[in-house]
Amino acid sequence: MSPTLAIALTAIFTAISCAVLGAFLVLRKMTMVGDAISHAVLPGIAIAYLLSQSRASLPMFVGAALVGVFATVVIEILSKKWKVQSDASIGMTFTTLFALGVVLITYWSDKVDLDQECVLYGEIAFVPFNTWTLGGKSMGPIALWSSGILLLMVLVYTLVGFKGLLMSSFNEDYAAVLGIGIGAWNLSLMSMVSLATVVSFESVGAILVVALLVAPAATAYLVSSQLKRMIALSALFGLSGSLGGYLLSAALDTSIAGGIATTLGIQFAVALTLVQLRKK
Amino acid sequence: MFDPVFIKVLLGTLLLASSSAVVGAFSFLKGESLVGDAIAHALLPGVVLAFILGDGRHPGYLIIGALIAGLIAHYGIAFIEQRTKLKSDTAVSLVLSTFFGFGILLMSYVQRTGQGQQAGLERFLLGKAAAITMVDLYVFTGLALLLLLGVALFYKGFQLMTFNEDFAAAIGLPTGTIRFAFTVLTVLAVTVGIQTVGVVLMAALLITPSAAARSWTSCLPRMLLLAALFASFAALGGTFISAALPKMPTGPWIVLVLGFFGFTSLIFAPEKGWLARRRRAASNRNKTQRENLLKLLYGAEERAGKPIAMTAGAMVDAREQHYEGLTKTLRNLKKEFLVVERPDGFALTDLGRIEGRRVVRLHRLWELYLTERLGMAADHIHPQAETMEHVITPEIEALIVKELGNPEVDPHQSPIPYEED
Repeated sequence: MSPTLAIALTAIFTAISCAVLGAFLVLRKMTMVGDAISHAVLPGIAIAYLLSQSRASLPMFVGAALVGVFATVVIEILSKKWKVQSDASIGMTFTTLFALGVVLITYWSDKVDLDQECVLYGEIAFVPFNTWTLGGKSMGPIALWSSGILLLMVLVYTLVGFKGLLMSSFNEDYAAVLGIGIGAWNLSLMSMVSLATVVSFESVGAILVVALLVAPAATAYLVSSQLKRMIALSALFGLSGSLGGYLLSAALDTSIAGGIATTLGIQFAVALTLVQLRKK
Repeated sequence: MFDPVFIKVLLGTLLLASSSAVVGAFSFLKGESLVGDAIAHALLPGVVLAFILGDGRHPGYLIIGALIAGLIAHYGIAFIEQRTKLKSDTAVSLVLSTFFGFGILLMSYVQRTGQGQQAGLERFLLGKAAAITMVDLYVFTGLALLLLLGVALFYKGFQLMTFNEDFAAAIGLPTGTIRFAFTVLTVLAVTVGIQTVGVVLMAALLITPSAAARSWTSCLPRMLLLAALFASFAALGGTFISAALPKMPTGPWIVLVLGFFGFTSLIFAPEKGWLARRRRAASNRNKTQRENLLKLLYGAEERAGKPIAMTAGAMVDAREQHYEGLTKTLRNLKKEFLVVERPDGFALTDLGRIEGRRVVRLHRLWELYLTERLGMAADHIHPQAETMEHVITPEIEALIVKELGNPEVDPHQSPIPYEED
């Protein structure tokens, strides 16, 4: 497989997974929780890395995703039980956890080979060089596999859980009457977001995951008012944004993650302008 | 440890942390804490552009670039919130992530051309307090003073805007100008702050001191002062730790210390802390349970026409209450000489009878008030009275009695038992 194809496919798989999950975050007004999770997994990544000594192993994904869920629970407790404004709960929680992550990475810097900046904005360009082998046969880049599996999981999760996600996103009371557990759906969605963050952090970095989660979904929300169409459009915008971003940064020879986020932003700005013009 | 570099870093972080805390307090109270986070991220492209277009090492250029980017981000968020169906959280995270991504794009461009290292642009990501120079210190001092002066000048306006923006507009305050001033102050605070703690952790300097301070006080000036104090102690702690431990970054340690202050305040603060609120809820529940038991015993005496005892089993049946809670309450009542235990069960003491009579009286008075004065139907009032009987103070009781003209019976024709004096 050519390196270019590997990078492009990894970017596309990641982008579509995030875009689909992001659609539900936008509807639930929980995008900032997604942002918080993407920062908060850092200590999880550091600890899991120290224990497993590898960048992309199953324990690492699970460990870091658990920290993401932990962050969600802390935010819920702060805002619901301790009556802190929800904005402040999010801000306090993720900054503290992220600072802890940075301190841990610095403290174990001789044992944990993680670069702070790599964590922040990813190294998707290095994806092709990180391969794995099975029975002596090269299986291709790890990140490609993990993002492919992530996409598969997200699609299965969305198809199986569509009704529950739909109901609990729009009308909590009605969902409760139907016996759909709001808390359980919330937690499962946040677990998926954590997983997506951990899988993506190596390719696009902790902060740009947020762009992938929010921008395509926000653009789709602007132009459609039906959930299925919105999810499909969100995935499409994620796809076009990541492809366009890849081409942009290839042309300028700059950070791919930065290029993708910029393109996603431009897509939104164009959609916003068109919608505003049509209103007038 | 007390070398000039350490003192410089300490002074710089102290100034930054305390002035950011004061500015952040207003957005915290307004429930817009994360807008500051978004502005912090959005400054990155402004800072890098300023570096590309102007002289990157000159603090003036950086501040102007940051100011422009921050204002664009702020008004961008406001536009998306007001003109589209997108909610505020989406607007904030959208602007935050795409601006930041654009900043990363520009930064990688600068670094490719080999200028990035000189500019030390990477210090904006996680901050580099150790790199504070003498010039920086002068600029920080100036900005910190400017921030405090700004807050002092606009104090009334900020206060009104924070608590009730519509009211502020209605009494003719220039809300647009005040908002603009506030945004400029936030951007300035963030511009300086990101050089110490970095873009990612800036939110902590704006939010956490206020969250901590808010759980100790409800008075705004005191809260501002406390927030500044928490931030200063965190700056002190973070700088000391990073100086004492090799290689440790200052910014993240400041944020960790702040987080410690924040979470411990939220748990342990008197009155508003989580523990205090739990204790209060438990004591309210306790009081209600005691009063209900005394009321039950008084009611039984009233029906029997003479002092009688009730077994714990009969009480459980009557109040549909858990046995464990009941025995605990009874034990307490016994200790306070409100009930006595006899072979045939529990009976009221004279003291307990007065207390039980009081609760029954309040219940019936309130039922009468609801029907007589508020016109409620007699079959709807019992649940309301069940709550109010535990709340009404002697002063209010006297007023109700006066208002109803010393009534004799409640709506169900049960006598209202007064104390005979």
